[in-house]
Amino acid sequence: MELLIDLVLLAMLALTALRIIFLKDLFAVVMLFSIYSFLSALIFINLDAVDVAFTEAAVGAGISTVLMLGTIAITGRTETPPTKSKLLPLLIVVVTGAALIYGTLDMPPFGHADNPVHEHVAPRYIEESPKEIGLPNMVTSVLASYRGFDTLGETVVVFSAMIGVLSLLRLRKRDADKNPESGIKAHRVLQVIAKIVIPMIILFALYVQFHGDFGPGGGFQAGVIAAAAFILYALVFGLSNVFKVVGPKFLRILAVFGVLLYAGVGVYSMAMGGNFLDYNYLAENPLSGQHYGIILIELGVGITVFAVMLSIFYAFDSQIERANIQ
Amino acid sequence: MIEQHLAALPIILPLIAAPIALILGRSMLTWAFATLVSALSCIASWQLLMTTLSDGALSYALGGWPPPWGIELNVDVTNAFVLLAVSAMSTLVLIYSKDSIEKEINASNHSLYYTAHLLCLTGLSGMLITGDAFNLFVFLEISSLATYTLVSLASDRRCLTATFRYLVMGTIGATFILIGVGMLYMKTGTLNMADLSTKMAAFESNRTLNTGLAFIMVGVSLKLALFPLHMWLPAAYTHAPSSVTAFLASTATKVAVYVMIRFIFSVFGASHVFETMSMEIILMVLAIVAIFKCSYMATVQSNVKTLLAYSSVAQIGYMVLGISLVSVPGLMSGLIHIFNHALMKGALFMAVGAVFYRMGSVNIEAFKGLGKKMPLTMAAFTIAGLSIIGVPLTAGFVSKWYLVTAALEQDLWIVAALVLLGSLLAVVYIGRVLEAAYFQEPPESQGAKNIKEVPWLMLMPMWILVLANIYFGINTGLTVEAATSASQWLFQGYNPAGVAL
Repeated sequence: MELLIDLVLLAMLALTALRIIFLKDLFAVVMLFSIYSFLSALIFINLDAVDVAFTEAAVGAGISTVLMLGTIAITGRTETPPTKSKLLPLLIVVVTGAALIYGTLDMPPFGHADNPVHEHVAPRYIEESPKEIGLPNMVTSVLASYRGFDTLGETVVVFSAMIGVLSLLRLRKRDADKNPESGIKAHRVLQVIAKIVIPMIILFALYVQFHGDFGPGGGFQAGVIAAAAFILYALVFGLSNVFKVVGPKFLRILAVFGVLLYAGVGVYSMAMGGNFLDYNYLAENPLSGQHYGIILIELGVGITVFAVMLSIFYAFDSQIERANIQ
Repeated sequence: MIEQHLAALPIILPLIAAPIALILGRSMLTWAFATLVSALSCIASWQLLMTTLSDGALSYALGGWPPPWGIELNVDVTNAFVLLAVSAMSTLVLIYSKDSIEKEINASNHSLYYTAHLLCLTGLSGMLITGDAFNLFVFLEISSLATYTLVSLASDRRCLTATFRYLVMGTIGATFILIGVGMLYMKTGTLNMADLSTKMAAFESNRTLNTGLAFIMVGVSLKLALFPLHMWLPAAYTHAPSSVTAFLASTATKVAVYVMIRFIFSVFGASHVFETMSMEIILMVLAIVAIFKCSYMATVQSNVKTLLAYSSVAQIGYMVLGISLVSVPGLMSGLIHIFNHALMKGALFMAVGAVFYRMGSVNIEAFKGLGKKMPLTMAAFTIAGLSIIGVPLTAGFVSKWYLVTAALEQDLWIVAALVLLGSLLAVVYIGRVLEAAYFQEPPESQGAKNIKEVPWLMLMPMWILVLANIYFGINTGLTVEAATSASQWLFQGYNPAGVAL
């Protein structure tokens, strides 16, 4: 049964991808991208990778879609036909695809318990992490402690993305003052519904943030969900209103604070005599040390992701509003 | 305490400094801060090189988790050597940036520039010293995103198309590396490089692992701009701000070359890559084509930055050629050239940036008569140019000398001859610029302008590099010792003598 579900989902995924390639209407393409992300999230769930599915749904289907729609709003809705020959790119894609298929020939059997990935490092994560780290969600244990340095790196990647977007799209204070009362900003129904939904989204984000140790979730997902609440507010009430709550400058400081909080935990553990990011040294009892460490670094991740996602959205949205005014 | 954490410092210092640089505000303060941090990580790298030369490789378990469960930093002579080059270049470029970016980057973006530079340094240091294949990918992403940002910061809008191209190619490269690492993980269940290499030795010949090797090699080749995957590089180097070009040309591609060396020797094993897969033949052919095709392309450019960019692709050819000889002297010449080329290209791009600072153009026309008006800048260009050509008493001669000897040792007369012929092309492209600078009169319109030498903060780092070119051309003690011990270490347990081409 599980195999059947997998096959159906993969077939739908392939169909969506093909449709994306051939469609010329970029608005439809973005919607299909969103569907693609949801389908991938479903496949991840079927593979029992709920944390990954959660991230994919929040980032891939959620924020990315908003940002891509924002891009279309600035640039245009239809694809310009390419002028160059497509033969060479096609050849490269075919060769790459063939190589990937060739690579599957010696792959370990799908989902088999004796596979190398289940036999080497995984047993320790599964058997020892409750004793060494003390969290029921071992995904969080691996992500935040065993491989916490990767996660610090990923947080810095997110931060770098913000630097990149800020360097390209300048945000000007005065843009936010001119607020066109048009489009969805004039809809009373949307305003009422948004007001009801936003507190719940924020509450859910906090739940995901602090429940990540016990169930699926954590800083990445929580940051994105919290940002989504503010994005919804900005879409319905306009940038100038959301700037009164969190301004772009404040967001920059938040993004910086998140990275520094994470790295700061590492430096503090160095000061206490351990290696960088060794949470055992954060408290008398190693287990509570691990617990403090993970809560703090997840908070750092959540803050940075929230701030970066929202800053990127601000940068896009201020461009759109500028375009609308002109 | 610093002793104990020395291995982690080159990553942690710039990583923490980058976000701080974003909120410092004042351009001057941010500059001083970034330079100081970069200098500190340079000192740490120097210490690391000295420690590894005397005591051997260092391992640092992040989070206190022993590898392969946790992530390990692994510093040996090879990466400490490249790390020193990278952090030293970063420091010099930052000193140079203060005045240079005034003319090339909008004032409101200066703090973004310093932040992106520090992020790039973080990523490059991480790629060099991590002992974990996935962690390498994470740092690759940091350095790539920071690099795209740096290139896009130029006020010349053409940089955007160049960045976009670079972004697409770079992302494909990174994705290929990730696919490759995924395949290795699938077969071995580990991401630690040392552990990967032990686990993989158990497989005779495995199609999944070989596909992983292919994907990683193609991905890394995109990143290091190996011919014919170099198409992104000339445009990116031409349109990026001068200080960015000086930094990237002397570090980013070199780190990618190191990553290639690391994957070949420490993960897959030289015997597998070269004996079973015969990859040295592909590498050698591509390297030689790169040397000729791109040196030729350099001779016909009118934009001096583009000219030097093509020259960079050709020089990468020399490094890869050294690797493809599959011998201790060959690899050693490749490693020395990584270091020496950073010195020469850094100086050259800084000199070109200085010309842009005064002339507002880097076209060969703008160089006319500059020999008299900007004598120090042009003298720096001349000496670094001679180093690229490989004139004795410069660093470039040392790397070419070892490369030619390594080729002759294996009776590869043709390769040795081709290397020397490639240098002749370098004479042509460097010569064109020198001719314009020293033997042509400036056009009337510009003759009226009062062209002066650039500020000393730009001249100083440029001349430090020029002097380093001469110093390492005469006193080869440090470079040769580090490179020899690095390549012997990499070839440990593998006898390349049995390999015949």
